[in-house]
Amino acid sequence: MSAEGPHLAVIGAGPAGLAAALAAAGRGVRVTVVDSAAAVGGQFYRQPSAGLGARRPEALHHQWRTWRRLREGLDQYIAAGRVGHLADHHVWCVERKERTPEGFTVHALLGPEQEKPAVVHADAVLLATGGYEKVLPFPGWTLPGVVTAGGAQAMLKGGLAVPGRTAVVAGTGPLLLPVATGLAAAGVTVAALVESADPKALVRRAGALAGRPDKLAEGAGYARELLRRRVRTLVRHTVVETHGTDRLAAVTVAALDAAGRVRPGTERSIPCDTLAVGHGMLPHTDLAETLGCRITGPNVHVDEEQRTDVPGVWAAGETTGIGGAALALAEGHIAGRSAAARLWGRDPDPREWAAAAKSRAALREFFAALDSVYAPPAHWTEQVTDGTVVCRCEEVTAGAVRAAVGELGAGDVRTVKLLTRAGMGWCQGRVCGPAVAGIAGCPESVARRPFARPVPLGVLAQVTDQAADQAADTEVAPDQ
Amino acid sequence: MNPLELAEAEPGPAFTVTLDGREIDALPGQTVAAALWAAGVTSWRTTRGEGRPRGIFCGIGVCFDCLVTVNDRPNQRACLVPVRPGDSIRTQEGTGHER
Amino acid sequence: MVGAACALYAARTGLGVAVVDRGPVAGGTTGAGEGNLLVSDKEPGPELELALLSNRLWTELAAEPGLGPAFEYEAKGGLVVASTPDGLSALEDFAAGQRAAGVTAETIAAHQLADLEPYLAPGLAGGVYYPQDAQVMPTLAAAHLVRASGARLLTGRTVTEVLRAAAGTVRGVRTDRGDIHAPAVVNAAGTWGGELATLAGVGLPVLPRRGFVLVTEPLPPLVRHKVYAADYVADVASDSAALQTSPVVEGTAAGPVLIGASRERVGFDRSFSLPVVRALAAGATRLFPFLERVRAMRTYIGFRPYMPDHLPAIGPDPRVPGLFHACGHEGAGIGLATGTGQLIAQMLGGKTPDLDLMPFRPDRFEECEAYEGDTA
Repeated sequence: MSAEGPHLAVIGAGPAGLAAALAAAGRGVRVTVVDSAAAVGGQFYRQPSAGLGARRPEALHHQWRTWRRLREGLDQYIAAGRVGHLADHHVWCVERKERTPEGFTVHALLGPEQEKPAVVHADAVLLATGGYEKVLPFPGWTLPGVVTAGGAQAMLKGGLAVPGRTAVVAGTGPLLLPVATGLAAAGVTVAALVESADPKALVRRAGALAGRPDKLAEGAGYARELLRRRVRTLVRHTVVETHGTDRLAAVTVAALDAAGRVRPGTERSIPCDTLAVGHGMLPHTDLAETLGCRITGPNVHVDEEQRTDVPGVWAAGETTGIGGAALALAEGHIAGRSAAARLWGRDPDPREWAAAAKSRAALREFFAALDSVYAPPAHWTEQVTDGTVVCRCEEVTAGAVRAAVGELGAGDVRTVKLLTRAGMGWCQGRVCGPAVAGIAGCPESVARRPFARPVPLGVLAQVTDQAADQAADTEVAPDQ
Repeated sequence: MNPLELAEAEPGPAFTVTLDGREIDALPGQTVAAALWAAGVTSWRTTRGEGRPRGIFCGIGVCFDCLVTVNDRPNQRACLVPVRPGDSIRTQEGTGHER
Repeated sequence: MVGAACALYAARTGLGVAVVDRGPVAGGTTGAGEGNLLVSDKEPGPELELALLSNRLWTELAAEPGLGPAFEYEAKGGLVVASTPDGLSALEDFAAGQRAAGVTAETIAAHQLADLEPYLAPGLAGGVYYPQDAQVMPTLAAAHLVRASGARLLTGRTVTEVLRAAAGTVRGVRTDRGDIHAPAVVNAAGTWGGELATLAGVGLPVLPRRGFVLVTEPLPPLVRHKVYAADYVADVASDSAALQTSPVVEGTAAGPVLIGASRERVGFDRSFSLPVVRALAAGATRLFPFLERVRAMRTYIGFRPYMPDHLPAIGPDPRVPGLFHACGHEGAGIGLATGTGQLIAQMLGGKTPDLDLMPFRPDRFEECEAYEGDTA
């Protein structure tokens, strides 16, 4: 710890990271928020790029007031020099150094080209790295015009751009609703919202839902908007394939039976130039895994204070379990307070964050209920033909994955990967991981990615800490 | 209604970039991907195995499907890289490094 | 890999074979290997003889219908470069000895290096080209050799005991999922071969020597051969426990360039080490400056099965009749697998092996009981 007091590096400037930064800075800790985007907000509060001059960005958003509070709080701390915001910093590794006075070195690449290095030293780190969308494969999912639901939303929120004129929004999960309404509001004809689950099942989970009437009202609001915009909603339906040669022209959807199988004879074609598809969310856990943090299932494991099992490392938001922006805010707040107390050498008093803890408990229960309802069709792999590309980067087909298991003796995802190259490409299996595991019939395992992003060898080779410090000093501009 | 109208956007003056030599209008603040979408282009890479077209998929920098060559620099993620006046954008084939 | 090769050659002599692994195919060091089939890094002696035999057998296997392409066999050749005139003359002396032992080695003058590797750094003193060096994709090689052998493949089964008759003779193995009876047991457990030997009541000092491999984004064939610096050979032969890195760079059929090689004796520690991968990157970019702008996509760890005298244990264990060892090949297990498999098959069949196995005797460490290695 330096003379200026303890220093906390927060990785990620979404709801969790910002809530954590505000909570820690409010308790006298110097905070540096390190984020890959050009502006704070993360995925949920992604803002239109400044150059676009949007005067009414709130038209694309929900919970705008919460955002304004976060943004104003952050601006005040930045102006006071208590929080630093490093934009366009793509963190590829957090290194724990046990023998140095400051315990952690955050290694980043300066964006958007990600060719030049920067480092941040800190006494503690708080991982708020968020999540990304899971998409399971189906024949034709690699055709241009097929995008993730979250991707369509990100392009709309950040770039004020839409992929086409007529869209089908499909898959499963609560994200599909805002994506469909957002695209419709932006002038896209949403030909259908295709949801494989039956959201009516949520009613049977009334206990968990009762705790968050606000979330139910949010859902009802989307439903009203879909109705108003005449978006046809098909529940217990799935997209079975796409049509088109070099660009999407139509999708075939079909009804699902009670067991989650496609009901023969129910197929119908819907013309569209865009398919926005998603099957839930996955957390980003690479930085935590490389630090040696315990990962439980797909999530970074944290205690009641949002501490990981590695001393000096906290985690909050989607990285500790998918649960949405409100949960991320609660977790970030608790993590920031805990980190501040412990960095000043005292045990925190959980009563300080009792309200956030209560909210966290209710929201976790709520999302557990959602999770049990919104699930991909139980037999989705049956629709994946042998010729379907599963690993988009390396163009590995489902047939090759099946052959690795059936003919070459692979019994786990790592061996499937080694035998087929599925998951060895640019995205390092982030996209195809669940698909490969499902098709191979193996349990998913936690992927090890010591480089959370591709790193130029020249950066790896030449960056001594000293050189990187200089790079950080000279090339990092504070947030405006 | 289009997205710019919805957000009451008043972007700076449009400028020109090229895609494979063809001129395309772009707005300040757009990513390469947003500019190409606005121009009706949805693919700007062919895969190194089967030569299949690809464009935006995840839209947030995770999937690397949208790789493109910008000003002779290969493997840039179109969803992350802002478009700048005069950019020469090229459809990327193979690994992007073929000489 | 060694187990797969033993299975193949044993099955081809007419023996019934079962391959037992506690993990999947190639789940240990094989899956973390680069797939080098090298003669270039070996000094004259028993290991080089084994390498030359193995090299010939790999060539034969690769020519069998379907096999070569299935495991991405490439007879690409190796290029060893020296940065200084002194280094080059040491390298040439080394190559002269290898030539006498049957290795093809061509001296390459500084100005000829670019013909072989156009993107190599300028200013190198020269090198030696080894056309016999080749490469396979190791996981595919192991899987396809097992499949070609027709052996019974029992993965996900852990050997818990080596079964022995009253006279001490081996009669099979006990696994967590039942017994497998056989008059001969081949210990091809690689880095974990010492543990298996212990189950049979004998000592075999196989220890892990950790290595990192860096993998780049896919590239066109810009690196044509396996290229490494002359100091690699000294590192391989070294007994130091401390970190050593020497640049080893090669392209792959799939596109990415693989960068090695680090050596550390740190037990089975799987944690990531940024200093090690930095050293690898620095070495590789010194050899190939264009790599500076190429991205590393991932890095992974393997544990080479290291024995104190850098030679594998191959052959029958006189202490336990019916037990054969085929492990401890350090970083050369893929390359030496075929020869090892052939020798084991010859001995299982009671034939005279192609090579003198005295240097590989599994019980050769008995006399030096004071041996103290690092432990896992």
